[in-house]
Amino acid sequence: MRVELRNIHKHFGPVHANAGITLTFEEGKIHGLLGENGAGKSTLMKILSGFYRPDDGEIYLDGQRVSFHHPADALRQGVGMLHQDPLDFPVMTVLENFMAGSPGGMVPDKRKARKSLKTLGEQFGFHLDPDATVASLTVGERQQLEILRLLWLGARVLIFDEPTTGISAQQKERLFQALRQLASEGRTIIFVTHKLYEVQELCDTAAVLRLGKLMGRRTAPYDLDDLVKLMFGRVLKMERKPAVPLGEPIFRVEDLAVESARVRIRNVYLEVRAGEVIGLAGMEGSGQRYLLRACAGLLRPTSGRVWFRGREMTGRSYLDFYQAGATYLPATRLEEGLLPGLRVADHLVLTRGSRGFFVNERHARDLAQEAIRTFNIRGRPDSMVEALSGGNQQRLLLSLLRPNLSLLFLEHPTRGLDMESTLWVWEQLLERCRQGTAIFFMSSDLDELLNYSDRILVFFAGQVSAPIPAEELDTESLGRLIGGYGFVPVEEAQTMSVGEAAHAR
Amino acid sequence: MDTLLVGLAGVVALSTPVVLATLGEILTERAGVINLALNGTILLSAMTGFAVAVNSGSLLWGFLAGGTVGMTVALLVTFTSLTLGQSQVAVGFVLTLLTRDLSYFLGNPYMGKQGPRLPHWPLPVLQDIPILGPLLFRHDLMVYLSYVVILGMWFWFFYTRPGLILRGLGERPAAAYVRGARVRELRYLYAALGGFLAGLAGPAYSLSVKAGWKGTISGLDGIGWIALALTIFGGWHPLRGALGAYLFGLLQWLSLVLQPQLKDIPSQVLQVAPFPTMILLLLFVNIGNTEWMQRTLAGLPPEVRRLVERALRALQVSPPAALGKVFREE
Repeated sequence: MRVELRNIHKHFGPVHANAGITLTFEEGKIHGLLGENGAGKSTLMKILSGFYRPDDGEIYLDGQRVSFHHPADALRQGVGMLHQDPLDFPVMTVLENFMAGSPGGMVPDKRKARKSLKTLGEQFGFHLDPDATVASLTVGERQQLEILRLLWLGARVLIFDEPTTGISAQQKERLFQALRQLASEGRTIIFVTHKLYEVQELCDTAAVLRLGKLMGRRTAPYDLDDLVKLMFGRVLKMERKPAVPLGEPIFRVEDLAVESARVRIRNVYLEVRAGEVIGLAGMEGSGQRYLLRACAGLLRPTSGRVWFRGREMTGRSYLDFYQAGATYLPATRLEEGLLPGLRVADHLVLTRGSRGFFVNERHARDLAQEAIRTFNIRGRPDSMVEALSGGNQQRLLLSLLRPNLSLLFLEHPTRGLDMESTLWVWEQLLERCRQGTAIFFMSSDLDELLNYSDRILVFFAGQVSAPIPAEELDTESLGRLIGGYGFVPVEEAQTMSVGEAAHAR
Repeated sequence: MDTLLVGLAGVVALSTPVVLATLGEILTERAGVINLALNGTILLSAMTGFAVAVNSGSLLWGFLAGGTVGMTVALLVTFTSLTLGQSQVAVGFVLTLLTRDLSYFLGNPYMGKQGPRLPHWPLPVLQDIPILGPLLFRHDLMVYLSYVVILGMWFWFFYTRPGLILRGLGERPAAAYVRGARVRELRYLYAALGGFLAGLAGPAYSLSVKAGWKGTISGLDGIGWIALALTIFGGWHPLRGALGAYLFGLLQWLSLVLQPQLKDIPSQVLQVAPFPTMILLLLFVNIGNTEWMQRTLAGLPPEVRRLVERALRALQVSPPAALGKVFREE
């Protein structure tokens, strides 16, 4: 199905989110829609999928003018959208999610739906347990379910809004394969992203948006510098971590074990020096978060000992670690990192304000203004933190960090951030490394892990490898390890000779 | 044996208003609306139902009037929240006080008056089933209606297409929206229906369980709060909610029956015993969430673990995620 957008305009208050965008998407191809956060990509796609109504402009499907009043309208006409955070019901089962909203009589035919789910899933290699609750699935599996559901309801145009955020490398591979298959069957695929290499790897055409306007349209093969220039107006590149002279050992774990129903991390020995960066790689839910939280005192390890800055900290709480100079930044910025309902200024007062009983409003504003300036936060001192974009929430979190940190734990430091913000965040983090902060971070972005880590711990199925120096790995070999190929858990590695372990890798 | 059966049958009858109110609230909350005005609503609908039945001489009109009162209050809560953007909790609290006082004020002329009472109507054939017959099928129409509502709601929630969407409404309205639901209209509809059911609880009391309007001493004041608690204990599930209501009725009955036997225990203790019992039950229900339990589970062999996990999960309850939150379509 050929999709044509003509002169689409959309305003949100004073913001002109889409300023006269005209674009055509041919069928049987994968079309990239590229742009940094806030470029207007999601808005445009929500208009195409009936979520928003445009202020002005027209939509044509196969030459027919259409107008949608409801997302269900759009789906009936063949346009389905997969939202960044899949719009499903976590408490219900896979099958119930699959059936909810499907047309038909009062009592749905469960057996038929179950069969359709199975046969459709088999076409794409998606194996979902129909009776599992959606809450127990990974983000990648929830996407697979949504794809199958949209196809079942007859979608011929499929929009994917940043689908690779929060899924594992292996699931990404499977997703890309499915997208290629869908395109080859004659469907129109629109792939919204801010990641250039994904466009390069997957898309037949790429349209670049910036500040609500179409900056240009390219077809594969692409000149990457050209795309970057269209996106940002200048050239950006991810640099490798510069060699920082490492300092004293400041953090050490011995024979650490963390176990739960799904995780069996054992025999972890690790010594971290000031200025060192340790990356935790693995598919979502492979146990990285458990180890990270156990190291920071947020989770009680099953056994083992922990030293931080020369003191034994085994079994201490996060508060003790915090007071000794460690900080933990969680991936769920709004739920665990910030206080929704409080303003930017309030956050600065809470972390940096004077200790008096009353809040000095002027001082609070000054602090906030300064943080906004130095950390490039798009917002005002009065902005509620939940109104900030993900990237700006992360900038605010960084601005709240104390100046002389010894140890920084980060979950997905650049998740959901565009390239410019990603580079900026790492610039800040590396500057701290130079000042002697050691960093532990988990990520699902292979390039980020390889470029910024000194050593990498790989997690697979709840087990962890011995630390591997980052320069011994590349995207391909790390990707294989994460997928379990050649993966050797540390407890088995210790019984092997050094040569054998290297061979296994 | 027969005395026990008669007693238990009494529990079933006595619990009916609580069952109706609980199911009404479950329906409303599943759609994402909290109606905290339940307690006052039930008082006002009991008084109105009685007054209408006395004046018109028709039981049907009495019940309809009670239901309409419940629906009106529920719609008021929904309107101030979904349309005017006010807090459901605050509006609910104010309305529960208002309707309670209103029922005592307006009900004054009817205090202690004689009025009609819903006749017993044993169901042919069914009433002769041993044990179940005398227990369940020798009651009045409202009790039978409550059975229909329990089973009907359970079927609607878990076996029908609109039921799937209804469960989604309170869980994640945006996801229900992309699946074609008119979120606001549906919330109004279910809140009205739930309000009507809760409204029936009033006349089910004043025209059946203890006929008449007795003002403050009616014994009716408070069942709205119990129904709100049972909605939570029952995990927003119609069968478990109804079971909770019967269990609560049973505990109350036991405390009355046991009082002569247990002279050492002050009667007040027995009167309030049902409440802490329910709290203990809730603790038990949520035991699977504790870190201690997770740890214990990790040590078990996988097959046993899966069984225990499944059992614990079946017990666990979590509120509809979008309960009380307003959803705006773009």
